[in-house]
Amino acid sequence: MKLHINGRDLEIADAAGERRLIEFLREDLDLTGAKNACDIGACGACTILVDDAPLKICIKRVKDVVGHRVLTIEGMAAPDGTLHPLQRAFVERGAIQCGFCTPGMVLVAHAFLLKNPRPTRDQIRKAINGNLCRCTGYQQIIDAIEEASVHYRGAEAPAQAAEPAHV
Amino acid sequence: MNATSGKGWRNDADAKVTGRAKFTDDLKFARILHAAPAYSDFVHARILRVVTEAAEKAAGVVRVLTAGDVPGANRFGQIIRDYRIFADDKIRYHGDVVAMVVAETRDLAIAAASLVRVEAEPLPAVLDAEEALRPGAVLVHEGHGSNLVNTHRIRRGDVREGFRQADFVLEEEFRTQSVEHAYMEPEVAVGVPRSDGVIEVYGSMQHPFSTRRFVSACLGVPLSGVEVVGTPMGGGFGGKDDTAAIVCARAALAARILGRPVKMMYRRDWSIRESYKRHPYRVRYKMGVTKDGRITAVRCRILADGGAYCSVTPWVTWRSTVQCCGPYVVENVHCDTLGVYTNNVVAGAMRGFGSPQMNFVVEQMVEIAAAKVGISGVEFRRRNMVRQGSVTITGQKLDGHKVAMGEVLDAVLKETGYEAKLAKCSHGASDSEECYGIGLAMSYRGVSLGAEGIDSCTAIINVQADGSILLEVGVHENGQGAESAMSLIAARELGVSLGRIRYRRASTSTVPDGGTTVASRGTIMGGGAVTLAARELKQKIAEAVCGRLRCRAKAVRIAGDEVLGRAGGERIPFDEAIRLMFQTQRVPYACGVFKGPPVSWDERTGQGDAYFTWVYGCQAVELTVNKRSGRVKLLGAVAAHDVGRAVNPEMVRGQFFGGMAMATGYALHEEIRSKDGRITNLNLNSYRIPRATDLPEMTAIIVENPDPLSPSGAKAIGEPTNEILAPAIANAIFHATGRRELALPIKMSALPDEPPDDECRL
Ligand code: FES
Ligand code: FES
Repeated sequence: MKLHINGRDLEIADAAGERRLIEFLREDLDLTGAKNACDIGACGACTILVDDAPLKICIKRVKDVVGHRVLTIEGMAAPDGTLHPLQRAFVERGAIQCGFCTPGMVLVAHAFLLKNPRPTRDQIRKAINGNLCRCTGYQQIIDAIEEASVHYRGAEAPAQAAEPAHV
Repeated sequence: MNATSGKGWRNDADAKVTGRAKFTDDLKFARILHAAPAYSDFVHARILRVVTEAAEKAAGVVRVLTAGDVPGANRFGQIIRDYRIFADDKIRYHGDVVAMVVAETRDLAIAAASLVRVEAEPLPAVLDAEEALRPGAVLVHEGHGSNLVNTHRIRRGDVREGFRQADFVLEEEFRTQSVEHAYMEPEVAVGVPRSDGVIEVYGSMQHPFSTRRFVSACLGVPLSGVEVVGTPMGGGFGGKDDTAAIVCARAALAARILGRPVKMMYRRDWSIRESYKRHPYRVRYKMGVTKDGRITAVRCRILADGGAYCSVTPWVTWRSTVQCCGPYVVENVHCDTLGVYTNNVVAGAMRGFGSPQMNFVVEQMVEIAAAKVGISGVEFRRRNMVRQGSVTITGQKLDGHKVAMGEVLDAVLKETGYEAKLAKCSHGASDSEECYGIGLAMSYRGVSLGAEGIDSCTAIINVQADGSILLEVGVHENGQGAESAMSLIAARELGVSLGRIRYRRASTSTVPDGGTTVASRGTIMGGGAVTLAARELKQKIAEAVCGRLRCRAKAVRIAGDEVLGRAGGERIPFDEAIRLMFQTQRVPYACGVFKGPPVSWDERTGQGDAYFTWVYGCQAVELTVNKRSGRVKLLGAVAAHDVGRAVNPEMVRGQFFGGMAMATGYALHEEIRSKDGRITNLNLNSYRIPRATDLPEMTAIIVENPDPLSPSGAKAIGEPTNEILAPAIANAIFHATGRRELALPIKMSALPDEPPDDECRL
């Protein structure tokens, strides 16, 4: 079976298909950006993108993403470490406190802005509604997403995450 | 917006936004084992035997540990040593852990933990704080002699005389609920046996030093035999002290006994079941006021349900007592506060620490009184609030700092256009489906521990040979940005660029105990220590270079990474100055200790200088209440807080918004529900914290009055933001509907067709 993660193809044994996706990513691939905060699909801390759509993976198996394009937070920045404009906005707008919700929040926002690069603040609120943050009250997260949205506009190529070399 | 301007800067932001930051569960250790707690279904029972055989035989199980395996003290606590690593004599609440299963994988540990059985003699449970105090009540801790954990009191003036002077006497009873901190990262700890015999602990805990005390007592080894390493933490809000420390102690215990690293990672349902909550309060409050709107007397009785163990109930209720009249001058006060044991989930520290409950009471009482007198709530507040030089209800004169009560109130009134909007409130009568209301609340808050604890903190600045700087402080990064604030304070005081400073994540073995990072004391205490250390270092640098600068040491300054003497004289680059120091065998190393200024307290009368300084805050909220459904929609919220000095403004704003958001949950929907002592909403689907769509746009107004008693000028912000929005919402709901809500969370139902009696408009 083949996994396509953060721009890389990865051959995995068929048996791995039944493994819990969150454990597989965190333990086998050391992609620990996805967090497990509820284990029942209620908080969004474990969010990754599958074909540019958010997926809460604490309730998924590896086989659920086989053959699809997976993006985790580790794949957002450029290979040389340069932050994606959305990440930079999170940093500069004070959208990060404890950071536990941050990976999921950034990915959900990224998926949303790819579809809607000119959002209203209310639309942003709805887009991140499934991702809980206990620290920030969301205000600066929304500021960051709003600010970053300009980078997703225009006929020119949208701000796709770079395809980094590290899985 | 970058490292040089300091705005919106965090030393850990890049790591967190890229997924590189390693939280405890992200760390990897070779040959690690996994532990899971075993609970029983009892709420109150005398333990006869904990049966572990079946679990021991289960697949992958390495060991099952119970109270008998604890080599040191199984009981610990910061005030009363009643909290158990494992339940020994009795089960006292549903979250008591009777055993811990250690296995090769976490799944196997969890599976085996369900095989642990407890043979016990069930006892009747006492689940109501009032009942717990009745004569003959079942005792939670027989050895304690009663269910009373502690009392506090205030006796000031003569309340009887005060009520005689009153034209109106108002009396109400208020209730608040149990709420969960709901930090996004559940408790987790890893114990690692080191080759030198030290047990290393990594964990999601708020206070490494208090954790170390728990661990060393449990293992029966000296403090130096345990090293607790600060690790990025997914939120705390006061909730990662005792319970989190006990989880660390269990992991450390298993690691020590088995000689392998052991991780104990909590599931969310275990976390909610076992971890301590904010205290539910029941408050009877009587206030006397004159016709011209002056408070003449307050009598109140505060009853706090502390749950099964003491935790910090005496300290939480002490703050409630000191602040029981809000920011108002009252000459005659009689307050009795009682903390009690019950078989409910333990209650302990949570952001606000006894103030959210009391502010919910006081900030509604002043509006009820204002309506009775016939003046606006704002006017009533102005007539009674503390001002420069006022004397508090504990007899403390407020003259050591700027009393900014009026300033923050005015800021909020102006920003919201409060008076005009107040006139538009529906009071239950509206042409549309929605009733509109605006409301506000304000508070003052004693900073840091006050007379509840010994207050000091240490910082170490260690300049390296190339001029780069290692900074280490005895405060803990809970997610609030403490490390960034400390770095900014150091850079500013030293006159060097921020890029030089590397915050060295402290471990308990490298920096002296700086006290818990609680009570919003991190910035003022840690920042104080950093400032003092920086001053000492500057002194050392000055002595080393003054000869070369041909001036007296006193005249030496550092600015813009340069060391300067007399105006127009030579300038030495900072790096060069440091090189000079090493060449002359002077070490650019400084250690600053900031001791909290003196405080005092007389437990008998409840009089004294309770806190060395105070902060002031005011928040307002606009909302609508749907007439048919009762649904409350928040339209906007504004807050003004005096923070002393805003070290990192973007982070300060984050504290505003986070605190206010959490308070909306407290006001409107958060509640730990339980049935016969067993919590029923054990995960984030049923325990609902505010989501982005629940919240309005929020505005933060930072007021700065640098505090003379704080070396860095900074005071506090973490808790003040979380303690007044609930009463502001209750007041706004009153102005929208005419209904007074005296219990939290506020559950609105459909409104009656007829608007209520108009008597108490305003
Ligand atoms: S951990 Fe997956 S949604 Fe909460
Ligand atoms: S930053 Fe802590 S949960 Fe979002």
